[in-house]
Amino acid sequence: MVQENKELINDGYETVIGLETHVELSTATKMFCGCALSFGAEPNSCTCPVCLGHPGTLPVINEKAILYAIKIALALNCTVNKYTIFHRKNYFYPDMPKNYQISQYDLPIGSNGYLDVDMGDYTRRVGITRVHLEEDTGKLIHTGSTGRISESASSIVDFNRAGTPLVEIVTEPDIRSAAEAKEYLVALRNLILYLDVSDCSMEEGSLRCDANVSVRPAGSESMGTKTEIKNLNSFRFMQRGLEYEVSRQAGIVSSGGKVIQQTRHYDNVTDTTKPLRTKEEAHDYRYFPEPDLVPIHLDKEQAGKLKEQIPELPGQKSARYISDFGLSLYDAKFLTGDRQYALFFEECMKLYKNAKAVANWLMGDFSALLNKESLNLSESKINAAKLVSMLELIDSGKISSKIAKSVFEEMFYKGTDPAEIIAGSGLEQISDEGELELIIDEVIKSNPGPVAQLKDGKEKAIGFLVGQVMAKTKGKANPRLVNEIILRKIK
Amino acid sequence: MELPLNFYPAHKLNKMLRQKQVSASEIVDAVICAIDKAEARMHAYLRVESKEMAQAAAGFDSKSDALAKNGSISDFCAIPIAIKDNICTKGITTTCASKILSNYIPVYDATVIKRLKAAGYILSGKANMDEFAMGSSNENSYFGPVKNPWDLERVPGGSSGGPAASVAAGTAICSLGSDTGGSIRQPASLCGVVGLKPTYGLVSRYGLIAFASSLDQIGPFTRDVEDSARLLNVICGWDENDSTSIGSAEAGSQDYTKYLGCSIKGLKIGVPKELMVKEVDGEVRQKVNEALALAESAGAIVEEISLPSLEYALSVYYIIAPSEASSNLSRFDGVRYGYRNRDAATLRQMYKKSRAQGFGPEVKRRIMIGTYSLSAGYYDAYYEKAQRVRTLIINDFNNAFKKYDVLISPTSPSTAFRIGEKAGDPLKMYMSDICTIPVNLAGIPAISIPAGLSSEGLPVGLQIIADTLREDNIFRMAHALEEAIGFDSHPMYLYK
Amino acid sequence: MSFISKDDVRHVAKLAELEFDDAETDKITSELDRILGHVAAISKVDTSNVAPTSHTLKISNVFRQDVKKESLSADEALSNAPEEQDGGFLVPKID
Repeated sequence: MVQENKELINDGYETVIGLETHVELSTATKMFCGCALSFGAEPNSCTCPVCLGHPGTLPVINEKAILYAIKIALALNCTVNKYTIFHRKNYFYPDMPKNYQISQYDLPIGSNGYLDVDMGDYTRRVGITRVHLEEDTGKLIHTGSTGRISESASSIVDFNRAGTPLVEIVTEPDIRSAAEAKEYLVALRNLILYLDVSDCSMEEGSLRCDANVSVRPAGSESMGTKTEIKNLNSFRFMQRGLEYEVSRQAGIVSSGGKVIQQTRHYDNVTDTTKPLRTKEEAHDYRYFPEPDLVPIHLDKEQAGKLKEQIPELPGQKSARYISDFGLSLYDAKFLTGDRQYALFFEECMKLYKNAKAVANWLMGDFSALLNKESLNLSESKINAAKLVSMLELIDSGKISSKIAKSVFEEMFYKGTDPAEIIAGSGLEQISDEGELELIIDEVIKSNPGPVAQLKDGKEKAIGFLVGQVMAKTKGKANPRLVNEIILRKIK
Repeated sequence: MELPLNFYPAHKLNKMLRQKQVSASEIVDAVICAIDKAEARMHAYLRVESKEMAQAAAGFDSKSDALAKNGSISDFCAIPIAIKDNICTKGITTTCASKILSNYIPVYDATVIKRLKAAGYILSGKANMDEFAMGSSNENSYFGPVKNPWDLERVPGGSSGGPAASVAAGTAICSLGSDTGGSIRQPASLCGVVGLKPTYGLVSRYGLIAFASSLDQIGPFTRDVEDSARLLNVICGWDENDSTSIGSAEAGSQDYTKYLGCSIKGLKIGVPKELMVKEVDGEVRQKVNEALALAESAGAIVEEISLPSLEYALSVYYIIAPSEASSNLSRFDGVRYGYRNRDAATLRQMYKKSRAQGFGPEVKRRIMIGTYSLSAGYYDAYYEKAQRVRTLIINDFNNAFKKYDVLISPTSPSTAFRIGEKAGDPLKMYMSDICTIPVNLAGIPAISIPAGLSSEGLPVGLQIIADTLREDNIFRMAHALEEAIGFDSHPMYLYK
Repeated sequence: MSFISKDDVRHVAKLAELEFDDAETDKITSELDRILGHVAAISKVDTSNVAPTSHTLKISNVFRQDVKKESLSADEALSNAPEEQDGGFLVPKID
């Protein structure tokens, strides 16, 4: 029984972390206008009067963005609100076309959900406070040589990104360590990839995460002062940045000091967090319902239909792989940790019965080669049919599993069918007993010493003898058969 | 004295065009002639398109035979129409009568402009207005005030002072304005023309530079009620670019002219006593009562009613409208378009200086009130409270329309006041809209028609209000009363 | 009774990115105070049984399909820019 919500105390302090994640949806167009989403396009070439905030323009909601957001809310076990509206969040900044952002306030798309994060020996249930939709801002490039805002005399604004649909996912402050925060984000990202509603790329900025961090003495119910940490733009930086911040805060508090409430920026060069502004001014966003948009009413039927469209999610898949295919928890977690692997595995299982064999190849040679060549599984030349073909060749004894490794490699780089590879290269395993006996007899004759040891009961000696047979056959002998035959002959 | 062409209503000109009794060039010449004579004194326009008008008219005339043959001389084909300068016209400067947009050239056409273009209209020019549609006298224009054509020492009303004055003076055949708290109806009343605020959502707001999003509507200024119905036909209807527009792609087009010439016998008229406030001029009151008597003799039933929440309408409006405006006007920051202060060394200084220098005092007052009403600690007591009282006002109207077909009141408590008379006292100026404001809060339609001239020779306006999407009742009553009243005066002295 | 103080006015001006000198601050404080004093009348109204109205229309669920529409060219997008550089809108030092 996996422990739930374990208490983690370090030097008498408990870490309290809440995460705010922004996910850029992979719709074809922006949230409130028909401009295409772009990445890396020429500045201001994917804009229109609406997303440039020109006078007289009005927003119109992208229906697909709503559906995607609802799917995310459902997958996170949220209550999807039957009545939801947009609000204006008012503040001035040059990347804001209207100097207000159309967002959601007290009637978001979803609320009160959770995500269970597997930490190995325990599970952390992270509460999801809310899932809401909003529009993204433009991008700023600071013209100074360092590109830092504080060292630039001017900045340039590109509004291509302005108006991109963003789903904001806010957790309860339920996370208790930097490691948990990282695993939460990994799990969240995986979940959203399964839903196929976003690319979730931290490098491209379609997945962004900020953290609220505080510490408190063990056993305390009240919250310590929290800081907001920004620029955690990879899993690694997230974990390191939070580790630093937690120990920084614990250090302050344990020496009798007070943590200052502020926004801090993670600097990956120095591996520290630094305050973003010395003067923190609280924003008064003056939220009010967006008068240019009308409310959204979601009925039970629509929510039901959307729920049906949600594919089997990682947690369910993992459980199913364990129960139906007898895989271990580790194997199931690996395969479901990336939807492409899971789908590939399932394809194989339509054609073949040995789940463990498939899993081993996926987790081993296949993923090693993919990593080496920086490829996604979907980009590889190997499909389920080819892998299964190869496994069947191993099963029938036509090739040894050792030979299979080089067959696999050729399949990976050239995409050739395994049967063809074998036919062409004479790699076929020698399973012909007659043929093997001849070679074995030779080996037995030339190695009286090990043979004698084996007769004596030293089991390990057989390894040497088998090795000799393998060397003579250039690895093609069926090792199992060789083993059997040697034992038969000697005993 | 026979009326020159530029004082004819569009429906009459259209008939003459189709029957080749007049050419488009003759119409445009008459308008341009009037502009040459009167515009300098009136300042109803910020930009006159004389050359383009003449070209367009010549273009029409060269094709008119072909057009007449295949019956495509639609109602407003070749008709010179003035457009309030808060409606975006692609490639043509659109300023909202503000310094902050004095150099703004829209890259798109408002939906109503697209529809007018498809109908073959001729743009006479961009009409002057109160800055960002905030005002009741057109004294708040960065480019200088508009003078009332009936008396150049007086205001034409606002904020659509330019559109109203140009139609009254014959320097446009009709015009488009916008109405947020009375900005079409009140100037129509002060200038002796017909001004309609349609049901909220009936006319697309896409391309109307926003003042108060939940209250703004574009509407027509015309010589008579028939033109009003015709022009509404052209501009109304669902727009995919405006989420608050009523209807659908599938809904058919409307024809409001079928409600003209209908009897008003048996129609029930309610007269809200809260709109016949003590501030209403004696002569205004008298003209409205005379009109009600005419209605009765035509068989309508007139009764005084009470809508108690209307007492708070002005307060509700002067919280909600500035609040929405404060947010809508945030986009004017010198970054992407408009005026930018060049002395600023930093971004925040640029924002502050550009906005402080770019906006006029009334606009700044309203931004301040609105920002305050939405700010932390005040939202509940001001903005949210005002939206609740708004619900009471809507309920009062709903109840009234269960029993009555239309409500009638004065449009403005007074005739045109003198320039400078109220400009120094914002609250006094706000009171000019006391009869018109409640209508916008409820999103219902209302029209102002001329009810006669005061003893000083100044127009008096009568307001007819109907329920949501009941423009049919508006036109029924307005047309019948227009006929009964028989108002046919024009400020011809301008051309002597 | 005062409805708005000069400090309030300075704070609100900051939120609205406006600036007033001392004389202007005095003037606008008294103007706003008068206006707010007038509109404060609504506090007397009993609204315990009504919800706020943010939309007079009774429509909901207005959407557009996720279909691409033509964008402006970069030139058109920048056509009204007060200052531009490298294809973007140039702004002074962000403080």
